[in-house]
Amino acid sequence: MSDYGKIILGLVGFLVLCTSPFWYQVLSSDGLPAPELKLPVGEQGCVESKEYMRALHMDLLNRWRDAVVRDGERIYVSTSGREYQMSLTGTCLGCHTSRADFCDQCHTYVGSENYCWSCHVEPINLRVEAR
Amino acid sequence: MNVLVALTALLLLGGIVYLGVEIAGLEFLFGVIIPYAAVLTFLIGLVIRVISWARTPVPFRITTTCGQQRSLSWISPNRIDNPSTTLGVLGRMALEIFLFRSLFRNTRNELREGENRLVIGPSKWLWLMGLAFHWSFLIILLRHLRLFVEPVPQITLLIQSLDGFFQVGVPVVYSTSLLFVTAATLLFVRRIVLPQVRYLSLPTDYFPLFLLISIAGSGIILRHFIKIDIVRVKEVVLGLMTFRPEAGGLPVLFYFHLFLVSVLLAYFPFSKLVHMAGVVLSPTRNLANNNRRIRHVNPWDYPVKTHTYQEYEEEFRGKMIGAGIPVEEEDNG
Repeated sequence: MSDYGKIILGLVGFLVLCTSPFWYQVLSSDGLPAPELKLPVGEQGCVESKEYMRALHMDLLNRWRDAVVRDGERIYVSTSGREYQMSLTGTCLGCHTSRADFCDQCHTYVGSENYCWSCHVEPINLRVEAR
Repeated sequence: MNVLVALTALLLLGGIVYLGVEIAGLEFLFGVIIPYAAVLTFLIGLVIRVISWARTPVPFRITTTCGQQRSLSWISPNRIDNPSTTLGVLGRMALEIFLFRSLFRNTRNELREGENRLVIGPSKWLWLMGLAFHWSFLIILLRHLRLFVEPVPQITLLIQSLDGFFQVGVPVVYSTSLLFVTAATLLFVRRIVLPQVRYLSLPTDYFPLFLLISIAGSGIILRHFIKIDIVRVKEVVLGLMTFRPEAGGLPVLFYFHLFLVSVLLAYFPFSKLVHMAGVVLSPTRNLANNNRRIRHVNPWDYPVKTHTYQEYEEEFRGKMIGAGIPVEEEDNG
């Protein structure tokens, strides 16, 4: 009885907490920020189809890593029959030169951490450092 | 039997999603209307529920006491298990809500064969599984914030990097995903395996467990097996958050996941799941045991008409003396 006020206060606190993602979203941004990918110019297509790469690129990279590091195989034959060198730095980053303009666009957007960069380095940075 | 009822309910829900999205193409209904309705039901239902509890008068302290009451200065009181102050109550509630202290006291009775006597021993499994289940659930909810909010909050990034610390697989397997499914499964197995608990279990006990296991299972499949287009998911979810909904472009299993979450939210205020609010409002836990130090008067006590013995004797003294009945005071008038 005498606790009615306290309970209502707690309830309001809970409602604010529950809907906080909504308020955060309303207050922190104007409009819907979507990732903008800078695609390489003059290329016909990626190693596999766009849909495949979008959903499963991490899977492909993982298999490439296992093939190269564990089995010593370096050639990947895509579904279209073309051969590619299995290399993140050489093949992937050869076209997609900028991590910030390509990888991070979506990875930051969905808060997905990619730990490629704890070993690999962007070729652009490498050239700058070598100079 | 009760298991089958709950399982049938869940299968029906799954069937509804499949028919609705895959056959009838009602992506807007399952992706927009039902989630909005479910969130509203959850919030309004919970508010109504809590207000109805708040209006229920609790005139007396009905604390369950599990330790020495505060009394004389030289008797050491148990400040948390028999709290006499608000601070003690806060400590007790914090331990109850965050660590499930009362469940830690869970005991198991069994009649030992051959010995012909009842043996009572501690049983910590339920407590451990409950704790693992609820904490994983909280962490999973906080992890999902990355899909609801842009930019992704730092706390979510920190939680998911700790949760996926071992970096097993791509995408990384979260330890709470495994823990949640394991704990929920064991909570279900407990209801099936222990005869006493099975006897007590109703469809409404199994249904939430099935619901949660299915939600977790579909989420794990979406992340690790189907490897859903997560950017599209975030676009759809942000559309819902900013009231610019757009549906489509996602597999049926995503709608299954979303629909079951909607069912969970809508079911929440009307079921045992509302213990989330109830645990805070348990009068046996959240009141200080000061029954003997402070006088609590029931506010709606009826003003009882009394007729004391003195008044009675005053009224009948002459007749009592005449009949030889002893009186306390001789006639003084």
